[in-house]
Amino acid sequence: MEPLLSILVGLFFAAAIYLLLSKFTIRIMLGIAILGNSVNLLLFTSGRLTREVPPIIPAGLDSLPAGAANPLPQALILTAIVISFSFLAFLLVLTYRAYQDLGTDDTSQMRAAEPDDRPLPPLGY
Amino acid sequence: MAAPTSAVDLSAALITAPVPIGHWLAVLPVVHCIALGAVLLMLRAYPRLQAGLAIAGLAGLVLIDAALLAKVAAEGPLTMVMGRWLPPFGIAFTVDLLGALLAFTSALAALAGGIYALADIGESGRRYGFFPLLMLLMAGVSGAFLTGDVFNLYVWFEVLLISSFGLIILGSEREQIDGALKYAVLNLIATTLFLIGVGILYAAFGTLNMADIAARAGDLRGTAPLMTLASLFLLAFAMKAAAFPVNFWLPATYHTPRIVVSALFAGLLTKVGIYALIRVMVMLLPVEGKELSLVIALAAAATIIVGALGALAENDIRRLFGYIVISGIGNMLAGVALGGPGGDLVGGIGGIGGAVFYALHSMVLMTALYLAAGEIARRGGGFALSDLGGLYRQSGGFTALSLVLFLAACGLPPFSGFWPKVILVKAALDLGAGWLAAAILAGGFLTTIAFGRLFLLAYWRPAPVVRTPSKAGWRTGLPLAALTALVIGFGILPERLLALSQSAAAGLADPQAYLHSVFPGGVQ
Repeated sequence: MEPLLSILVGLFFAAAIYLLLSKFTIRIMLGIAILGNSVNLLLFTSGRLTREVPPIIPAGLDSLPAGAANPLPQALILTAIVISFSFLAFLLVLTYRAYQDLGTDDTSQMRAAEPDDRPLPPLGY
Repeated sequence: MAAPTSAVDLSAALITAPVPIGHWLAVLPVVHCIALGAVLLMLRAYPRLQAGLAIAGLAGLVLIDAALLAKVAAEGPLTMVMGRWLPPFGIAFTVDLLGALLAFTSALAALAGGIYALADIGESGRRYGFFPLLMLLMAGVSGAFLTGDVFNLYVWFEVLLISSFGLIILGSEREQIDGALKYAVLNLIATTLFLIGVGILYAAFGTLNMADIAARAGDLRGTAPLMTLASLFLLAFAMKAAAFPVNFWLPATYHTPRIVVSALFAGLLTKVGIYALIRVMVMLLPVEGKELSLVIALAAAATIIVGALGALAENDIRRLFGYIVISGIGNMLAGVALGGPGGDLVGGIGGIGGAVFYALHSMVLMTALYLAAGEIARRGGGFALSDLGGLYRQSGGFTALSLVLFLAACGLPPFSGFWPKVILVKAALDLGAGWLAAAILAGGFLTTIAFGRLFLLAYWRPAPVVRTPSKAGWRTGLPLAALTALVIGFGILPERLLALSQSAAAGLADPQAYLHSVFPGGVQ
């Protein structure tokens, strides 16, 4: 399973980086969404992968049976999902607002904070 | 049928004794900030009450961090573990001298910023939640400095990041939206890179506790891809800290928000990146850190020079200060690259000690510089160098205060910027890295020219239009004066701080005390 998932993670990263290199903000947002998910898969793969053995301690025992899933990556991913989801929501709103205010979704034209015709500092006294 | 007896001795994995009261200090800064932030959010209909409570809370944070620093300085690292699970299972907050020093200084900067905000942030800004966001930002910053768990560090990075998003768009101007978009996307990518590193770290070590990682790194060297990990962390933290060549988001954004927000960002956020870099490169993966030191040194030299040259080319003083922030980051990176003790200057304090001292100085100085920029705009009517003038004639006191800050930023004696630069240059020369020493000195020289021109144009030049500034209050004057007093104090009486930075660096180079604090019975 690990090799398959690793290849999938690699594909996700490739797609995310391709989209992040775009100059249109909406594509960058899609790239960020994919990037977040690929990292979650990476975290998931970095714990061991098992099939259908939930990490529940049976009655009468006080340790996990052998071959159970590793609960820690799941906890980590849960945290990472919540965080990346909230960030994506914020960023989408910010992007939309930027599109409204700046009138473009092309990052090469988003020069409000750094206009092209900024003056030089005075060169003489 | 009797239940099978346990093969596991649970008392070895669980805390059975109650946590000593003093250990709560390790998490108290974070708990304090989050709780107070929640209360402030509920008080948004009462802006005056909210502001008063926020200032009291920030003062409380300074006291808590001071108590924590005193305790750590006296007794060594302090560990508090969550959820009764012993490390490495429970999430540990481990405070060593480095974390406590940075947390204390950041609390001082935040208190100064909070007081300044009373004048700078109007009623609508308060209703949009300036003070709750500030408390949340401080929760993130303190958490990042105090935590002893790598995934937890990622979470605190995100906490401070989301609150910084809120702060940066306070005002909703076009420039702010544009700057915030670039800031948000690039910082989010940096933290995601960090999270990728965390995933690989977990795959390699099976643990995310910093002490556990530091103890095991030696055994895994050769089998685990530690070099890949170190490079990933380096890229992620360098992006956070705005090191060349991943620094261009900083000058694009730091001049857009409210001046007090810029001040806090410049003072605190980039230093969190440097802190994480020091923690990973020096304590967790020291061998890989050494191997990468040439790369870090090259990035450091480029950052110093690019920052200083950028400052020379700027007309807007806020953008000029943004480049000064970048140049300072280069100096700290140079310290990280130079590594452990070198030379016998002030008791063998090496590059790491210099970087720590520089970070502490920079937190205070950068906050003060941006607050001074706000004051310059209030007195001179804008941020453009080409329009400013006559500030010296207007107020001699403010001119003297600014001059202190400028000299400290250039690294000239007798102010706080002098000592870390001396240490770094000395450490570089001792290691035979003359080019790095030359870069540090050249950066200081170019910075001096930039500040000299700022002083000449804005202060000495006669004013184009004679202006009478709006009335200043203690709200802007007090924090600026207090921070300047700190800058002077660090410069004139550096012994105590030098000793503290040195023991912080020593604690990183030899983390036995840190390990013992997390695993009192030794690492399993």
